[in-house]
Amino acid sequence: MTTRTASGREIVRNTRPASQRARSWAWHLTMLAVLAIVLYPLLWVIAASLKGNADIITDTGLWPETVTWEHFRSAFDGLAGIPLWRFFWNSFVIAALSVVGVVASCSMTAYALGRLRFPGRTLMLGIVIATLLLPGQVMLIPQYLIFSEMELTNSYVPLVIGKFLALDAFFVFLYIQFMRGIPRELDQAATIDGAGHFRIFFSILLPLLRPAVITSSIFTFIWSWNDFLGPLIYLYDMEKFPLPRLLQSYSNSEGVTNWGGMMAMTLLSLVPVVLFFLVFQKFLIRGIATSGVKG
Amino acid sequence: MSASPPTAAVPQTGAAGEAGAPPDRGSRGAAKRRSPGVRGGERLAGYTFMIPWLIGTAVLTVGPMAWSLYLSFTDHHLIRGGSWIGFDNYIAMFSDPMFGRTVRVTLMYVALAVPIKLVASLAVAMLLAQKRRGMGFYRAAFYMPSLIAMSVGIALIWKALFSDDGVQDSFMSAFGWEGGGFLGNPSVSILMLVILAVWSFGAPMVIFLAGLMQVPNELYEAADVDGAGKWQKFVRVTLPMLSPVIFFNVLMETVGAFQVFGPAYIIGGEAGAPAWSTLFYTVRIYTLAFTDFRMGYASAYAWMLVLAVGIVTLLMFRAAKQLVFYAGEDK
Repeated sequence: MTTRTASGREIVRNTRPASQRARSWAWHLTMLAVLAIVLYPLLWVIAASLKGNADIITDTGLWPETVTWEHFRSAFDGLAGIPLWRFFWNSFVIAALSVVGVVASCSMTAYALGRLRFPGRTLMLGIVIATLLLPGQVMLIPQYLIFSEMELTNSYVPLVIGKFLALDAFFVFLYIQFMRGIPRELDQAATIDGAGHFRIFFSILLPLLRPAVITSSIFTFIWSWNDFLGPLIYLYDMEKFPLPRLLQSYSNSEGVTNWGGMMAMTLLSLVPVVLFFLVFQKFLIRGIATSGVKG
Repeated sequence: MSASPPTAAVPQTGAAGEAGAPPDRGSRGAAKRRSPGVRGGERLAGYTFMIPWLIGTAVLTVGPMAWSLYLSFTDHHLIRGGSWIGFDNYIAMFSDPMFGRTVRVTLMYVALAVPIKLVASLAVAMLLAQKRRGMGFYRAAFYMPSLIAMSVGIALIWKALFSDDGVQDSFMSAFGWEGGGFLGNPSVSILMLVILAVWSFGAPMVIFLAGLMQVPNELYEAADVDGAGKWQKFVRVTLPMLSPVIFFNVLMETVGAFQVFGPAYIIGGEAGAPAWSTLFYTVRIYTLAFTDFRMGYASAYAWMLVLAVGIVTLLMFRAAKQLVFYAGEDK
């Protein structure tokens, strides 16, 4: 769809090269200016975590005069004798479980809602769409009461169980949208060959859903990595904290005196998300564009 | 359901339950020819695939919603328990100074953050919507902040940037600003969160961009032939063609803005420091429920939020009927 628009503009460019080139420069300068503003906070943290001086907060520059690794060393020490890698591991475990749950449960649900016909389907689809807009806060208190009644607080169960039960309506919706692009003739051909719905789902649709699986996995990983409210409510044992809880605790105790350590720790906590983004950005942007726009 | 008239689809399958099926079923030639066994199999498979969602929705969505509605009419305390008190929670809310404060802070945030973020994202999307070298790079770079903007880490960075003598204070002082860092100044502290929202303009931008790419070039060419200027083309072609996407973004961003929690909690804490100026509605719900253990009152708070979001959503859908243009529809 890009090329269609592209060809039209390409012609214009060839007929007016000089003014077009000037406009291209102006365009790049505008974009770089926006980029500089957008990336400033991140560049500032990188600089702040390396600065040797004591008043790093009040230093607006992006270039450290003296470089020190001291802040990173203190960040790796973690908090209260628990090393930083432990919190990374906790975050990773929660995120990985979430990814498995979302992919398995949301793809199943989407297959039923998008491909199969059964009484009540329309109502269920309506509920899925309604929960997209429903404020989660309203379920929070009863959910907490349920999990504490079952003595599951201070465990990861409350944080990931919803992922295994297809409650991430956004991803169900993403899979349904994606499945629409897969020709029904494939299902029908397989039916004629004698395949049941489970065979069709596992051997035909799931492999074809690969891009949607990748998109939903990355989003789930990142959202779970960033999630703060869940761990704040359910976890109270520091050994089990994921990174957002660590950062919060750190900022309440050490952070007051050790800004450099906190900035380094903050930076380290963002690295996996940024790395994921750099590797998978095409899938992310395509995913958000297709699920967002009706089409 | 069973009262629906016995129309075309029924005789061939003969299944009694058919009557409750969606109407489009009967008109499908292929479906008609299938045997009852296959149909029954499809139904069974449908419910089987729905099992996780059905359990989840019953136990973690619909059940809790009903329960929290009930709780909102009680004075339930996490430790002491409680009993039915009718509408007392809802009445108490209106004489609770904290309620007014949190509503004001949240509405102020929604009213500032959503329009500024969306205008910024549309503006940058329009700048980006051309086939130039580096477009993919800029798109990715602008999008990236929206993935981390709501994290605890970025909220902590924001606290550093907006503290007294921090980056924002030093920069603005150069222009004669004397209000110090936003972090400690109650009259502007909300702007920290607004700026944070605007910083994450990349997500709606990508959606706008995808929408812009689908506007047929012929429309712009036709407008050129008619002698339309840039502004006219924007108002007469771009905006109407983009209106479904604009509607989607306005809706999602507004609903999302009402529910911001993490950054507000990290920046302002449970008290919404300084002077309640960052005390968001969701933070108040959290504090009532999990610090004060007043589950009943907190549930009433939560239901007011559902009501507010519901009303806003409804109004938006109603407005969309008049304002949103779907290509291919008769005018």
